[in-house]
Amino acid sequence: MAKRIDVKDLDIYYGDFKAVEGVSMTVEPRSVTAFIGPSGCGKSTVLRTLNRMHEVIPGGRVDGKVMLDDQDLYAPSMDPVAVRRTVGMVFQRPNPFPTMSIKDNVAAGLRLNGIKDKKRLDETVEKSLRGANLWSEVKDRLDKPGAGLSGGQQQRLCIARAIAVNPQVLLMDEPCSALDPISTLAIEDLINELKSQYTIVIVTHNMQQAARVSDQTAFFNLKATGQPGRLVEVGSTQKIFSNPEQQATEDYISGRFG
Amino acid sequence: MSALTHVGTEVSTDRSDLMAKSSGRALRDRLARFVMWGSFALACVPLVWILVSTLLKGGHMLLSLDWWTLSQNGITARRVGGGAAHAIQGTLLQALVTAAMSVPIGVFTAIYLVEYGRGRLAKVVSFMVDILTGVPSIVAALFIYALWVTTFGFQRVPFAVTLALTLLMIPTIVRSTEEMLKLVPNELREASYALGVPKWKTITSIVLPTAFSGIVTGILLGLARVMGETAPLIILGPYTKSMAHNLFDGLMGTLPTMINQDRTEALQPAIDRVWGAALTLILIVFLLNLLGRFVGRFSKVS
Repeated sequence: MAKRIDVKDLDIYYGDFKAVEGVSMTVEPRSVTAFIGPSGCGKSTVLRTLNRMHEVIPGGRVDGKVMLDDQDLYAPSMDPVAVRRTVGMVFQRPNPFPTMSIKDNVAAGLRLNGIKDKKRLDETVEKSLRGANLWSEVKDRLDKPGAGLSGGQQQRLCIARAIAVNPQVLLMDEPCSALDPISTLAIEDLINELKSQYTIVIVTHNMQQAARVSDQTAFFNLKATGQPGRLVEVGSTQKIFSNPEQQATEDYISGRFG
Repeated sequence: MSALTHVGTEVSTDRSDLMAKSSGRALRDRLARFVMWGSFALACVPLVWILVSTLLKGGHMLLSLDWWTLSQNGITARRVGGGAAHAIQGTLLQALVTAAMSVPIGVFTAIYLVEYGRGRLAKVVSFMVDILTGVPSIVAALFIYALWVTTFGFQRVPFAVTLALTLLMIPTIVRSTEEMLKLVPNELREASYALGVPKWKTITSIVLPTAFSGIVTGILLGLARVMGETAPLIILGPYTKSMAHNLFDGLMGTLPTMINQDRTEALQPAIDRVWGAALTLILIVFLLNLLGRFVGRFSKVS
């Protein structure tokens, strides 16, 4: 059920401003790919084009191709809503729905898409919470508000909510940047487990995290100030961190950057 | 003030200078405190005055059961007795109909402006709402009069009053709903989109429930304001002393017109009724405000 992502010559725009230029890369199914790079270089922007969330922003548009197995996500016949059901996303700040209980948060994706079968919803809630390593912590208070959990628990709740709709790919936009080290470890462990079922792409500012969780790493950087961001180098995580091809990559990961 | 600044800017080299500086600031702090408390007290004077005098002069009227159950039918200015039930139910009925018309229009306009509105149309709509906010109630009333009576040739009926009140209530609802919708974090909308939930469903199932109590508070406060409007009532809905339920035929008494009716009388029973009606109106508006606050307590976005 996990799928391969193929990005070809992707240019990304905000209105007339070209934010990212010429990205081409492949993400293998059942693997973790980390996007690293300085702030503002377009990592998150690229991530958001993989489930067509980029165009939610007024003026956002792309040129080029994003293939999910053999389907072009940007083909005119593609429905962005359907794409987002296939490619799930977890955000930087935990964002459970404040009006909903823990259970309703997890069931939200299914319920809002018209599934009412109570038994199926309950099963999915348990399965997803177990999948997100949160079940044992919340199983006695499923009807309490999701916003009452700790930050790390909220983020795992958001992961449970994302996998409840059974996506093929899971995108994570700096999922640990608002969390403490213990919660971060819990999420990283979870990513390691989830990769047996999902294709995962994660944006992170933490290079140790990229080294710990990912199989493949992509380094993004700006060409120059005011210029669009671009993909500098992509390769196996081991290679990027030990023997990168580009000097810029080496400078960045060794902390000699800018 | 300049003397204080002078003390302050004298460079502080030793201890006494430090003391001088802080005492100057303390003085200014005390002055600002005095001015603020003074303004607050001043603003309270008319409020307390109105409340106390209506309570003293009209309070006894509200204590009798007749006030809440009887109309003024057949009772002249000279006679004691009767009640304000006809005016209370008239005010509540018209407010209800006004809300039923203006809430959907106002809320949908706000949803359009916040969730969909881009480009010229949204700017024009927003500008129109601004203009509508500034329309005096007498102008709204005369506009409906010109439309309803002069152009269409209908009679002056309570429904025409509610049309004028709707005109006044729509902009307040649009503005307050807009503010509440803007308070809903964009992250929640994105979280919903990322689950493959369509935009309209995101609005109805995520955005509106999150902003719900705030929107209700805004509606109740808007309603409280509209209930006290008098100009449309005087122009479009003349007073009657008897009970009336039909919005499309005949006259209907309301609290503002009841106050206006006996306002010029010198006879004590009429004067008592004026104060009683005024107090009743204040009480209803106060209760609506309380209800608004109460609902606002449970607001998910604050």
